[in-house]
Amino acid sequence: MLRACMMALALGAGGMVLAQDGASGSTAATAPPSAPSPAPAPAAPAGVARPNAADPELERRLIAVTKELRCLVCQNESIADSHADLAVDMRNEIREQLKGGMSERQVLDFMVARYGNFVRFRPPLDWTTLALWFGPALLMLAGLGVLLSQLRQRRRLAAQRVIPELSDAERAALAALATRGPAGPIDRPAAAGPESSGQARRNDG
Amino acid sequence: MSRAWLPLAGFVVLAGFLGIGLTLNPREVPSPLIGKPAPAFTLPTLADPQKQFSVDEAKGEVWLLNVWASWCTPCLEEHPLIEALSKKGIPIYGLNYKDKDPAALAWLRRYGDPYRLSVVDPTGRVGIDYGVYGTPETYLIDRQGVIRFKHVGPLNPQVVERTLLPLIEKLRAS
Repeated sequence: MLRACMMALALGAGGMVLAQDGASGSTAATAPPSAPSPAPAPAAPAGVARPNAADPELERRLIAVTKELRCLVCQNESIADSHADLAVDMRNEIREQLKGGMSERQVLDFMVARYGNFVRFRPPLDWTTLALWFGPALLMLAGLGVLLSQLRQRRRLAAQRVIPELSDAERAALAALATRGPAGPIDRPAAAGPESSGQARRNDG
Repeated sequence: MSRAWLPLAGFVVLAGFLGIGLTLNPREVPSPLIGKPAPAFTLPTLADPQKQFSVDEAKGEVWLLNVWASWCTPCLEEHPLIEALSKKGIPIYGLNYKDKDPAALAWLRRYGDPYRLSVVDPTGRVGIDYGVYGTPETYLIDRQGVIRFKHVGPLNPQVVERTLLPLIEKLRAS
């Protein structure tokens, strides 16, 4: 149970990292296909693509908003990443809205009013999203609780372990071992283990 | 109860959740527009681009708005059901979504035109207002112009018989 929970968390974290990677590489994809591409600036550092847009600040805001929005056609991609027709339409719509003076907040509200909270990758906290927001942490805590109680129980059992009373014969054998080494009155089987048999050989020689 | 049963109990709970998850359709996203007025639009009609149609003109009737396109294969799948609904006397308006007029007109000529009329939304702008994300989509709108029901994807006989028709009946009676 705990392992499954940890694995799910690890997978979730991995997925988020992947999504982040995808989003950071999408600058070129969010540029409008019809936008005239500016002449490459000689000052641009090698290996860094210039944003293919007339207004880089607008594109930066566009990417910031569209990364928060889920593409409903390919549901685990953001509007910023997706090449679906709907995502292209939405990027164009949002670009116009931002250009028209709407804030990021207003754009998000606009999309939520039409597509519901599902379009947001980070839905607002209300009673329908409680399990979503706190479920993973609760599972983690439950797992840690199980682990701790198991460890505590194990330690208690170890502390309670009673050393049995030795019989007279055993006491004598123990004393013999302490003074003379393993070749005592107790017959050790030959296959007691490589270490002890090695010990015995050295004693013989 | 013995503690040995705990892992089994955990497994049963997990399997239960996953089992329920398998029966759900992740593509069906609840629309926030249910119970809200149908977003207003005024668009040219497909048959005559000079004429315009706006949502208000359908007020006073219980009607269906069906989002379709000639490039949309599932639209063809639901087409017989749309025609059957139309024959039952239910007014159906088409929203021709991101299509080319000649292709759309040819599609209607070839497969039949069950729509009272179709309006054209070549850019998909009105589609965004209606929260369209997968054609075909069908909206049930009441006399006051409020969206009462939305179905994403091709209609099927079950949805029509169990949900759509009873709801239309109820809305017409009220």
